[in-house]
Amino acid sequence: MKKILTGNESAAWGARLSKAKVVAAYPITPQTSIIETIASFIANGEMDARYIRVESEHSAMAACIAAENTGVRTFTATSAHGLALMHEVLMWASGARLPIVMSVVNRAMAPPWSVWTDQLDTMAERDVGWMQVYSENNQEVLDSIIMSYRIGERHHILLPSMVIEDAFILSHTAEAVDIPEQKKVDDFIGEFEPAFKLDPDEPAGFGSLIMPEGPYMEFRYKMALAMEDAKREIEKAVEEYNETFGRNYAPFVDEYRTEDADAIMLVLGTIGSTAKDVVDAMRKEGKKVGVARVRYFRPFPTEEIRRIAKSTNMLGVVDRSYSFGPGADLYAETKSVLYSHTDVPVKDYVIGLGGRDVTPEVLRKLFDDMLKIANEGVVDKEIEWVGLHGDERWS
Amino acid sequence: MIEIRFHGRGGQGSVIASKILAKAFFMEGKYVSAFPYFGVERRGAPVTAFTRVDNQPVRAKYQIYEPDYVIVLDPSLLKAVNVLKGIKKDGTVLINTIHSPDEIRKTVKFDRVATVDATSIAISHRLGSQAAPIVNTAILGAFAKVSGLVKIETVMDAIREAAPAKQEENAQAAKDAYENVKIGGE
Amino acid sequence: MPIILPEEPTPIAKVPSTENKTGGWRTFRPIIDYEKCIRCYICWKFCPDTAIDFAAPEKHPAPKDALKRFDTVEINYDYCKGCGICANECPANAIELVLEQNVGGEEE
Repeated sequence: MKKILTGNESAAWGARLSKAKVVAAYPITPQTSIIETIASFIANGEMDARYIRVESEHSAMAACIAAENTGVRTFTATSAHGLALMHEVLMWASGARLPIVMSVVNRAMAPPWSVWTDQLDTMAERDVGWMQVYSENNQEVLDSIIMSYRIGERHHILLPSMVIEDAFILSHTAEAVDIPEQKKVDDFIGEFEPAFKLDPDEPAGFGSLIMPEGPYMEFRYKMALAMEDAKREIEKAVEEYNETFGRNYAPFVDEYRTEDADAIMLVLGTIGSTAKDVVDAMRKEGKKVGVARVRYFRPFPTEEIRRIAKSTNMLGVVDRSYSFGPGADLYAETKSVLYSHTDVPVKDYVIGLGGRDVTPEVLRKLFDDMLKIANEGVVDKEIEWVGLHGDERWS
Repeated sequence: MIEIRFHGRGGQGSVIASKILAKAFFMEGKYVSAFPYFGVERRGAPVTAFTRVDNQPVRAKYQIYEPDYVIVLDPSLLKAVNVLKGIKKDGTVLINTIHSPDEIRKTVKFDRVATVDATSIAISHRLGSQAAPIVNTAILGAFAKVSGLVKIETVMDAIREAAPAKQEENAQAAKDAYENVKIGGE
Repeated sequence: MPIILPEEPTPIAKVPSTENKTGGWRTFRPIIDYEKCIRCYICWKFCPDTAIDFAAPEKHPAPKDALKRFDTVEINYDYCKGCGICANECPANAIELVLEQNVGGEEE
């Protein structure tokens, strides 16, 4: 059944179809309509879940952690400052190996105040042990929530997931979304079988103190292994989901006309969707460009990015965030995994911060710049901020 | 691809109108996308919303700058906002006002202008409060007539499915507007 | 053209919020009937935008002698958003809401 849904309504449907049993959340623009929609599902008897109102995002995550520890599936949602406020407990959730699923609506951090999209909020949480999957349309938002439960809940994985969508561009944009049949979703995810849980009959404590000579490092190493193992589970889940629900997702990187491209744009989120139109237009003019939209940032698609980089003459990384380090996040990590594997030129384009619109016109200029670099083999400037006021090269 | 821009004020339902119109096109087999230009929305402040329609999936994820149609829900916006901004030369402006297209052309310097008194239609169907009549469904009926891109029956069905209350009154308001819209130059 | 950067290191608002004239948001305009107004100032208290000001008694003379020495009130239409709370609260029903379009001058 297809319905016209916003990204946020799609996220709420994802939680509903996945039969989350506890939802604890605190409102923040532009996430609020996710939990409003879920609240109305529960109030109307369409979703059998307990909705917990809390006084902050920190408490929302704490409530999800406690609930998940009792052995039920949980869901929450947040954005920007709300996600930052959760920071401490995000690491508790992953360290406690609780496969919570959370929608994050990418919103810029203040000041200056902005409710519009960029990816600094989730990039700042890349090291907390959560999986991160980014979406290009509302269908992917809904589907990724269902897949995230399935992947995270495997007993050899047990990691939480952030399902990420761009503020307004998806969260408040309505598109036709196919809502999968409940029965098929049930079969795909299966009943939640916690690997361990709080049980009054078998009292236990979780998250105890470990002395330096104890297995603290070993627990962390197990998490690192689980994050790597998750790649196999993601592949399996995506393959089965595609088959069951008639989709066409790539597990890690959605490649569009990259096979013979002189230059490939590597990007996260909705910019990748607009870029596909630009690729089609430029291909008609004989310009061989392609786009590789990274879906999973955690686990990081190391092998895929190496293969893509080796297949082309230039890799342009488009970042809708900046990390005040050696370039923005996708760029820095891409360079890191390419080092000693290929010396294909790589350039970072920082764009669209604070929700500044990313149009086909500006993307075309990026592609032209990339083709020039591909042709000359020289990166003029490693990190380029695109479209600053007064800078007419990109306008 | 057809691109439509709505101008209204917070609380008048411009964003919902953009979605209902998308739904109507969807029901006729088109691919659609509807979205607001989201300021921090306040009741009464100018709001812009958009609908994209195409025969293939809409991958464009950016604002609309050169609309084919502009729909103005609140006549007081004509003073506050340049509703003609970026409109295509062969585009059309549809305005909720008590005035005729010829009268309104003195303010809105554009060839193709259509007008409809959606406020009176909304009030006659008791849509919204007296203080804030909801004109968003009525104006969609006028759009069906002016554009010829979508059937009035489909628009009415989309309204019946999407309106949170007074479904039939909203659908009838659209029909009234369909029948009473004045198209300039005819 | 060179890159244009803001002068300040962070946004610092030096423009008073009175520069933001919110009167343009109105759908309905509240109009005070000074014949009916009993100078109780309840509207002044309730206005969420402090868009109701005091004015000298002679500005809008009261019909009754007993009220003539009291200040009167005026609505500042530069900021009134037309929420109608004043009209709702007025114990003398002295404030009427009129559709802006009908007050005139809307589409000049």
